[in-house]
Amino acid sequence: MNKIRQKDFGTPKKETEKLITLTIDGVEVTVPEGSSVMRAAAEVERPIPKLCATDTLEPFGSCRLCLVEIEGMKGTPASCTTPVRDGMVVHTETARLEKLRRGVMELYISDHPLDCLTCSANGDCELQDMAGTVGLRDVRYGMEGENHFAPDVRDPVDNSTPYFQFDPSKCIACSRCIRACEETQGTFALTMEGRGFESKISAGTLSDDFFSSECVSCGACVAACPTATLEETAIVKHGVPNRVVETTCAYCGVGCSFQAELKGNEVIRMTPSKQGGANEGHSCVKGRFAFGYATHKDRITTPMIRNAITDPWRPVSWDEAIQFAADKFSAIKARHGATAIGGITSSRCTNEEVFAVQKMVRGAFGSNNVDTCARVCHSPTGYGLKTTFGTSAGTQTFKSVEKADTILLIGANPTDAHPVFASRMKRRLREGAQIVVVDPRRIDLVRSPHVEAAQHIPLQPGTNVAVMNAFAHVIVTEGLADDTFIAERCEDKDFERWKAFIAEERNSPEALAETIGVDAETIRAAARAYGSAPNGAIYYGLGVTEHSQGSTMVMAMANLAMLTGNIGREGVGVNPLRGQNNVQGSCDMGSFPHELSGYRHISDDGARQLFESDWGVALNDEPGLRIPNMFSAAIDGSFLGLFVQGEDIAQSDPNTQHVTEALSSLECLVVQDLFLNETAAFAHVFLPGTSFLEKDGTFTNAERRINRVRPVLPEANGLSEWETVARLARAMGYEMGWETAADIMDEIARLTPTFKGVSFERLDRDGSLQWPVNDAAPDGTPIMHVGGFVRGKGRFMITEYVPTEERANRRYPLILTTGRILSQYNVGAQTRRTENSRWHDEDTLEIHPHDAETRGIRTGTRVSVQSRMGATTLTALVTDRVPQGVIYTTFHHPESGANVITTDYSDWATNCPEYKVTAVEVRPANEPSRWQEDHERRREDNYVVGLPAAE
Amino acid sequence: MNAGELVRMANQISDFFAAYPHDEAVAGIADHIVKFWDPRMRVALSDYLKTGGDGLNDLAFEAAQSLEQNASA
Repeated sequence: MNKIRQKDFGTPKKETEKLITLTIDGVEVTVPEGSSVMRAAAEVERPIPKLCATDTLEPFGSCRLCLVEIEGMKGTPASCTTPVRDGMVVHTETARLEKLRRGVMELYISDHPLDCLTCSANGDCELQDMAGTVGLRDVRYGMEGENHFAPDVRDPVDNSTPYFQFDPSKCIACSRCIRACEETQGTFALTMEGRGFESKISAGTLSDDFFSSECVSCGACVAACPTATLEETAIVKHGVPNRVVETTCAYCGVGCSFQAELKGNEVIRMTPSKQGGANEGHSCVKGRFAFGYATHKDRITTPMIRNAITDPWRPVSWDEAIQFAADKFSAIKARHGATAIGGITSSRCTNEEVFAVQKMVRGAFGSNNVDTCARVCHSPTGYGLKTTFGTSAGTQTFKSVEKADTILLIGANPTDAHPVFASRMKRRLREGAQIVVVDPRRIDLVRSPHVEAAQHIPLQPGTNVAVMNAFAHVIVTEGLADDTFIAERCEDKDFERWKAFIAEERNSPEALAETIGVDAETIRAAARAYGSAPNGAIYYGLGVTEHSQGSTMVMAMANLAMLTGNIGREGVGVNPLRGQNNVQGSCDMGSFPHELSGYRHISDDGARQLFESDWGVALNDEPGLRIPNMFSAAIDGSFLGLFVQGEDIAQSDPNTQHVTEALSSLECLVVQDLFLNETAAFAHVFLPGTSFLEKDGTFTNAERRINRVRPVLPEANGLSEWETVARLARAMGYEMGWETAADIMDEIARLTPTFKGVSFERLDRDGSLQWPVNDAAPDGTPIMHVGGFVRGKGRFMITEYVPTEERANRRYPLILTTGRILSQYNVGAQTRRTENSRWHDEDTLEIHPHDAETRGIRTGTRVSVQSRMGATTLTALVTDRVPQGVIYTTFHHPESGANVITTDYSDWATNCPEYKVTAVEVRPANEPSRWQEDHERRREDNYVVGLPAAE
Repeated sequence: MNAGELVRMANQISDFFAAYPHDEAVAGIADHIVKFWDPRMRVALSDYLKTGGDGLNDLAFEAAQSLEQNASA
């Protein structure tokens, strides 16, 4: 079993090839140059006592407990701040050191309460451990604790945040929390007040508590604290956990590794894993703390069926529910053919679960009508990167950002949506890299403590391609292109043709400035910043893809990276920040209607026959319906049965009325989920799903990293999701042939060349792997396209700017765009069922002061937002974060109905919806919209659960 | 399938390929439709073409025609 506390080497690992050999307590040790004596000693199990040092933070040298003796060196240097040197001879335990350390400890303990037995950190306290290690037996200075815990000076415990508490009386002023907030998280919310014995940690200003300060509750300070000063509320309440399971977070596409720490079958704490390749010991408020939804009272754990969506739900056995669904699907298939049924896979599910659903659709249903929620987020990434580079994935490992010189961030807000990666990015910016932000809204990475963008392009929503074309025009015409790279690595003809196009005057910043809404000089400066950087790295999010030109934009970014030679090494690349944890994985697993796993087209006879012979079934060789096409076909009457795995399409997909009409038209809708979500209102069968804490499988994050998801708890519903799917397929006459989730991965590896070397056994042994994992790259591929593109030569694509058909006019003069907030996640099904709602309990509408004033709107005013599609009512927040003419909201709460107003427009290549541009008008309104009233009524009607039938 | 929707989709695809030489563009549009559209959408487009194909822009129209020819060939 793993130990609860992860091994701490005291100072960070150094990455250099030059090695140094020294002797510590007679033991020879070889470590990278720049390592501390403390770290070298830890490597050979000669741990040196320490308090202010931890290997997630740079050495600080304040506690003086880690003193050592080094032959030939005067005095007793601190081992944390002393770098190793060749031939050094170090002694970590001598009579002199023992005396010194005991003296230091005595001073600490003289100002620390001795309530160890009742202290929340009892059993998990470094101060307690160190007192034991140094042999402290008495304290000559008295025990009154006059600075920290005597009754008249003691500050109250700060319980303002829901997940951890701050008890200043336990503080030893080691500054680990302050440094964690700065170095690890990059928020700078904490500071030290006073000096010497009077030093006290403070969050924000004197009038602040942790909740009102800038603290983002990432938990880095709590993880760093060596005492009970910053302690998880759950530990205070329940005590220290006693078993550990390593697993992977189920929120965003960063895919952080965590150790789930339990007592019995109760998860007490999630601690970010230092070995996790994606997060290296860091976390955010969602992954670290917001896991309570897994045991929320709303969770449905019994299968339910009903004949009509207006009937009450009838709880039934698994067998009955599965047979009911199978009979309905089979009946539709018999009457209307296999193409009348299909399924939607979810990026919140494991690779194995997704693979199971697409196999059920192709093998048991007999159609290719399988799509995944990536359709509505990153499908243009797949199309664009495959066309230009040859593979549908980001090019880099997250760590690569540490080598970037200019970061070009487009349509992404990592500090809210990908916080752990944002912390890496901010660290690199503090080291001197510059950032160019292309976003209509002034996100935190434009300006926040110790971050200031070199350029901000607050473009008109929908003009991304114009911006990229203008950038490329500047680079081509100002001679910043990497001609050698292009000549060696890219298709000549395509490049020459593209170059002629991009050099045209109509693509210049001057010609496009009015369209973009930003002056030409700013655009030129930004283009030069990227084009002239030794390493330029592009990071982007849904602000790129969710447009009618999403795929064009992805290709435009790929063009720019090839043009400047920013591909195929560390510090560069084109990097999609994936919205959900397994977007990459669900795409890899063959859940697009035209593709088998590993991105092979269904019409490719060789690939299809491989699957046919393995699965023992003939496959349809034509592409099936994509999600928006499924809706149209449902309304049309040619699509009648749908299996939805862990997605809430009724809330998350655009033009809610259209989606509602489609779902209401289905003869059989099966929903597999944790909760009776919005989509379940239209369902006939509800199959309870499992939370990530109950799953056995893998997730693949945005850097193609395949991470194990291990069962932490038994399935609350009694059946794993892949097994449910396999049983449904069996009830329809098709045998999947799996005994365990590991068998599914073996099948994936057998059928997918990029996954050839992947297995649970390998992942359990070696940790994560980044695909491709095959004979050419047995240990995986952190950086892609090194030395050559997957498609052979890189292909420049012509990216003409075509404005969206969604236009503002006098009736709808404002453009609405949408995004996420830190504390909530997507449709909020998970985070709304946690204390995270304390930070964000409703979606607000951000509006520029000028637009607000002309409409009589103030912060707090209820406003109606009306588009050509529909209307909803939200609360206004007047702010100049949004430019004039643009309004912004999040979509975390179903009653907000953000998608009631979004349109049917979508990306030309992939049908990814254009969430990011909707023309609207806003006016003060006290009453909820018609849709909101209907929605409320439907909640009351469609969610009734009847009593279980008597046996 | 709703013809208006299909026309819009076909036109959007042709807006992208319009930047390429004529024959390449027509082939690109047709190829895209074959690769990514469900057969019932292609049938609906074909039916719509037979009613005159109103609203399809020139390239989309030609691409739809070429799909017809390939289907009957």
